[in-house]
Amino acid sequence: MILIINICKEKLHELEFVKPIEDILKKDNLIFITKSYQNLNEQDIDNSDKIIICGTSLKDNEFLNHINDFNWIKDYNKPILGICGGMHILHLIYGGKKQDNKIIGNKKITFSKEFLGLKGDKWVYNLHQYYFDNKEFETFANNQTSKHKTKPFYGVLFHPEVRNKELIEKFVKL
Amino acid sequence: MKLALLFSGGKDSTYAGFLAKEQGYDISCLISIISKNQDSYMFHTPKIELTKQQAELMNIPIIQKITKGEKEQELEDLEKAIKQAKEEYNIEGIITGAVESIYQASRIQEICNKLNLECFNPLWQKDQIQLLEDLIKHNFKVIITKVAAEGLDNSYIGRQLDKNLIKELQELKNKYEINPAGEGGEFETLVINCPLFKSELKIK
Repeated sequence: MILIINICKEKLHELEFVKPIEDILKKDNLIFITKSYQNLNEQDIDNSDKIIICGTSLKDNEFLNHINDFNWIKDYNKPILGICGGMHILHLIYGGKKQDNKIIGNKKITFSKEFLGLKGDKWVYNLHQYYFDNKEFETFANNQTSKHKTKPFYGVLFHPEVRNKELIEKFVKL
Repeated sequence: MKLALLFSGGKDSTYAGFLAKEQGYDISCLISIISKNQDSYMFHTPKIELTKQQAELMNIPIIQKITKGEKEQELEDLEKAIKQAKEEYNIEGIITGAVESIYQASRIQEICNKLNLECFNPLWQKDQIQLLEDLIKHNFKVIITKVAAEGLDNSYIGRQLDKNLIKELQELKNKYEINPAGEGGEFETLVINCPLFKSELKIK
């Protein structure tokens, strides 16, 4: 089962940042549950085969004040995909240093090495404030994506649910 | 949270407002941009002048701004209207009816970011056919007001959205690869009744 973690403070944002990901999984007939990070329990985490941590809006950074709610990540060994704010969380849990990097809209980025099926030049949709310096992660496409050096944890700053749905489909098949 | 709805009078912006209201958000005002340019990428609704009457039916104040519709100027005019909404109604965010258009969505995100406002896109990436079905499910009375795509002739103007029309749009999607919800300008719509209206909009 796939666990989708919602980090939106505003309920109306869930339709924009969580539902599009649920729709991709539904199309592939995958079983998932969606939970807010504040309502997660041990059983939700133990029962999951993979986790997707969704993003949220530029102004919604409430989750950054509750980063300790994500300490369970250090003990998790199955695949995690962190999207936008989800990637911020992965990096913060591993001591990453936050840097300003606001990008809004389409941008072409280049993957010199394959990252979850993406290779070469790709157009991606961005809506994010920061990127992270972190020695625990290998970075791809000029810091826009990263992978933990020893664990199957993937982070993308852009929103693959908009222009790169194949990345999510590749992740869920890992 | 007090929000302003970017309102064209068509199905997407009205339905986005409905979803916000359904979740308990306060729509403090509507913002309508009346473009003099029929080919504007941002604002292209033929019955935009009716937004004032629709606003009255919703009992929500409206800010209407006229723009020449030139590429960068229309964004500045939109920004001025949003700024006015922030000053007059103390809004903390904007709701849009963007579904697929990255062009529109990212430009509105830029303006909201500049003005320190939240930006809500509750229809973002929604399946187009599902969107049309949801409108019927929620008792939206929607008519087509303009057509501009292969397979859509003038006989579609004035037709009300129903199951048969959705079926036809689905077929046109398969045949001509049009966006069945019309977000690419294939057709424009007008909401003449919905749960947000106190009565039906009277049109000639």
